Amino acid sequence: MSVGIVGYGVYIPRFRIKVEEIARVWGHDAASYREGLGIEEKSVPSLDEDTTTIAVEASRNAMKRAVEVKPQDVGAVFVGSESHPYAVKPTASTVAEVLGLTPNLTAVDMEFACKAATTAVQACLGLVKAGYIGYGISVGADTAQGAPGDALEYTAAAGGAAYVIGSGDGVIAEVECTQSFTQDVPDFWRRDGASYPKHAGRFTGGPAYFEHVVSCTKALLEKMGTTPKDYDYVVFHQPNSKFPLKAAKILGFEEDKLKPGLLVNLLGNTYSGSSLMGLAAVLDIARPGERILLTSYGSGAGSDSFSIRVRDAIDSKRELAPPVMYYLERREYIDYSTYARYRRLFKER
Amino acid sequence: MKREVAIISVGATRFGEHWDKGIKDLAWEAGVKAVEEAGISGRDIQYIVFGNMSGGMFEGQEHVGALVADFLGLNPVPAARVEAACASGSVAFFHGYMAVASGMYDLVAVGGVEKMTDVESSRATEILAAAMDYEWEAYFGNTFPGVYALMATRYMHEYGLKPETLAKVAVKNHHHGSMNPMAHFRNRITVEDVLSSPVVAYPLRRNDCCPVSDGAACVILAPLEEARKYTDTPIKVEAVAQASDTLSLLERRDICTLDATVQAAEKAFAKAKLTRKDVDLVEVHDCFTIAEILALEDLGFCPKGEAQKLYEEGETYVGGKLPVNTDGGLKAGGHAVGATGVKQIIEIVKQLRGEAENGRQVDGAEVGLAHNVGGSGATAVVTILSRR
Repeated sequence: MSVGIVGYGVYIPRFRIKVEEIARVWGHDAASYREGLGIEEKSVPSLDEDTTTIAVEASRNAMKRAVEVKPQDVGAVFVGSESHPYAVKPTASTVAEVLGLTPNLTAVDMEFACKAATTAVQACLGLVKAGYIGYGISVGADTAQGAPGDALEYTAAAGGAAYVIGSGDGVIAEVECTQSFTQDVPDFWRRDGASYPKHAGRFTGGPAYFEHVVSCTKALLEKMGTTPKDYDYVVFHQPNSKFPLKAAKILGFEEDKLKPGLLVNLLGNTYSGSSLMGLAAVLDIARPGERILLTSYGSGAGSDSFSIRVRDAIDSKRELAPPVMYYLERREYIDYSTYARYRRLFKER
Repeated sequence: MKREVAIISVGATRFGEHWDKGIKDLAWEAGVKAVEEAGISGRDIQYIVFGNMSGGMFEGQEHVGALVADFLGLNPVPAARVEAACASGSVAFFHGYMAVASGMYDLVAVGGVEKMTDVESSRATEILAAAMDYEWEAYFGNTFPGVYALMATRYMHEYGLKPETLAKVAVKNHHHGSMNPMAHFRNRITVEDVLSSPVVAYPLRRNDCCPVSDGAACVILAPLEEARKYTDTPIKVEAVAQASDTLSLLERRDICTLDATVQAAEKAFAKAKLTRKDVDLVEVHDCFTIAEILALEDLGFCPKGEAQKLYEEGETYVGGKLPVNTDGGLKAGGHAVGATGVKQIIEIVKQLRGEAENGRQVDGAEVGLAHNVGGSGATAVVTILSRR
C-alpha cells in the first residue's frame, strides 16, 4: 500500500518587517545581515495570532485539498512547534476541535526544535500504513522567538504548513521512503521559563545543521539507491539562505532544484513550518511523476529525510486552496515599534 | 649560556574550529606528534612547559601544565603553564630554551594550547581584552580591534598608509594559507573582498582581523651537540629574546612602534651574531593587518613608514625579497592564542628543513625569524632559528 500526502495547506501572517528596519533600531549594518543571512524581510504575526491560529488556518487549507477525507476518518492530529501557546494544554486538541474532527481521534503536541512536524509526518505515515487510522494531520507552525538585538531576530518568523497523510487514489505525493538521523548536540535551546532561545553561534553550522542534514540525506539516498540526479526538487530546512544553498552544494544538488522551495529570503525562518512550507511551494508547481527530496533539521539535533514522488491527483487538488505565493505576496510592512507591539516586546498597561 | 639548543621535532594540530576537541585532546595530539617525530619515548621528556592564555575564562580550566602532563601520560614529570597573553607560546619556548641551555634538562617539550570556540565571539573578545591594561583600556569598553585600529589610524596619518595596502597583507596571508593544509582558512581573497567586508573598528574590516581558533603546537628541545641522535635535520636556536613594554597604549612613546619588538629584535640579532640580511623568511604576529606592517619595521627590516612599499611591490610573498608568514600567518593560518608562538616556530622549522608544501617553500632557507606579540605589544618575543 502506498501512503503519502492527500492534502496540504499553509498559512503566513500578513505583516512583514524588513532587515533594514531591524538594523536601523539596533544600529547594525543591514547589508552584512542581508548578505550574511541571505534574507530581505520576515513575516510577523499580528496581536491575535499565535501557533494555534496559524495551525488552524494551515490545517483548514490542507483539508480543502483533501476533498475525499471525511472528518470522522481523521484519526490523529499532531502539531509540531516550539512556540505552543501553553506549556501544559495541547495546541493539537484545539486544532482538532476547530476542524470538527473530535472526539474519536488522538492528538498531541510535538517539540523537536524546527523538525517536530516532519517527525509528526513520519508518525502519521506509520499509523496509516499499519491501518490504525485512515488519515492523520501533521502541522508545523511557529511564532518563532528571537531575542531583541540577537542575530536570530532578523529571521525568527511566523507561519505554518499542514499535511493530511493517507492512502488511496487521493494521494497527491507518495512518500517512497523516510530516514532519520539524530544525535545529542547542544546547538540551540530554550530552557523552561526562558522567553528566548540561546544558540551556540558558529557551532550551529558545521557540527549541527550540516552534519545532520547532509548525513541524513546521504543515508536516505543510500537506502533508496538514488542520487541527486534522480530528484527534480530538493527542500531543506531553511534557517537562512546560506545554509540550504551550501547543503545542496555539498550533496551535489543543482541550485535550480533548491530555488523553488527556498522561501526564507522573503519569509524568514518559520521554525517548525520551515521545511514543510518549502515543500508546499514545490507541490504548488510540481508535475505528476516528479520527485522531491525533503530534509528537515531540528536543533538538539536531528533530521528527517523523505523521498517523495508526485502523483496524478495533484492536478485536481492544487487549486482547491491558496498557494504559498498567495500568502507570500499578501504583505503589509510594519515598522519596528509596531513589530515590538505585535511581538509583545513591551507590556501594555 | 652553557649550551647551544636545538629543536629536534615538531607536532601540531590544524588550527581552526575543533568542535569535537577540548584542551586536553588538542595538547595530546600536538604532544604525541612531536614525541613520535623525535623517535623518543614520552618517558624521556624531563620537563614540560606549555603556553596557554586563558583556559580559565575560555573553558573554566586552569592548572594547564599538569593537565597536559597528565593527559600525555607523563606523570610525574614536572610541568608548568606559562601565560603572556598571545605571546604565551613563545614565552613558554623561552622558558624551555633556558631549561636546556642552562644544563638543567636535556629533553624538554615546549608547547602551547588554546581552546577558544566554546564561547561566543563577543565573549572571546572580552576574554582577549583581559590582556590589555584592564583599568585604562578594557574597562572603558575598548577591545583589541579597537586598540589596533587606533594604531592604524595614527599610522595612516603619519605615513600615508591606505586601506588598500592593509588589505594586501590579508590577501598575501590567505594566498600562503591556501597552500597550507594546517591553516584555519584556505580560501584565497582579493583586495576587494577585504575592502567590502564589514568594518570592525575603522580602518580594520573583518578581513583585516585574524580569527579565533582552537589549536595546539609542540616542539621538543635538546642540546645541539646531542641533537643528531634524534634527527638528521636539527634546527639550531640561534637566539630567543623577550622584552616588555607598557600594557596600555596611552603610555607608549609612539603608538606606531612596538618598543618591546624593537628591544627583543636587537637582543636576538646581537646574540645570534646575524644581520637582517641573513634572514630568509619571517613569521610575524599579524593579529591585525596593521600589526604585520608595524612588525617588519620594528624588527628592523625597513625604516618606519616604509613597510607599505614591500606590500605595494609584492615582496612579502614566497619568492619575494622577504617572505612573510608563509603559513598564512595568524590571519589565514589561525590564532589559537596560547599556541600561536609555537606554531610560528614550527613553520620556521619546516621551512628550514625544506618540508613546506609546494608553492610556499622558500628555496634554500637557512635562517628564519619568528616574532610573537602579547596584547598590543606589552610582551614581544623574537626567536631566530637556523639550520647551520
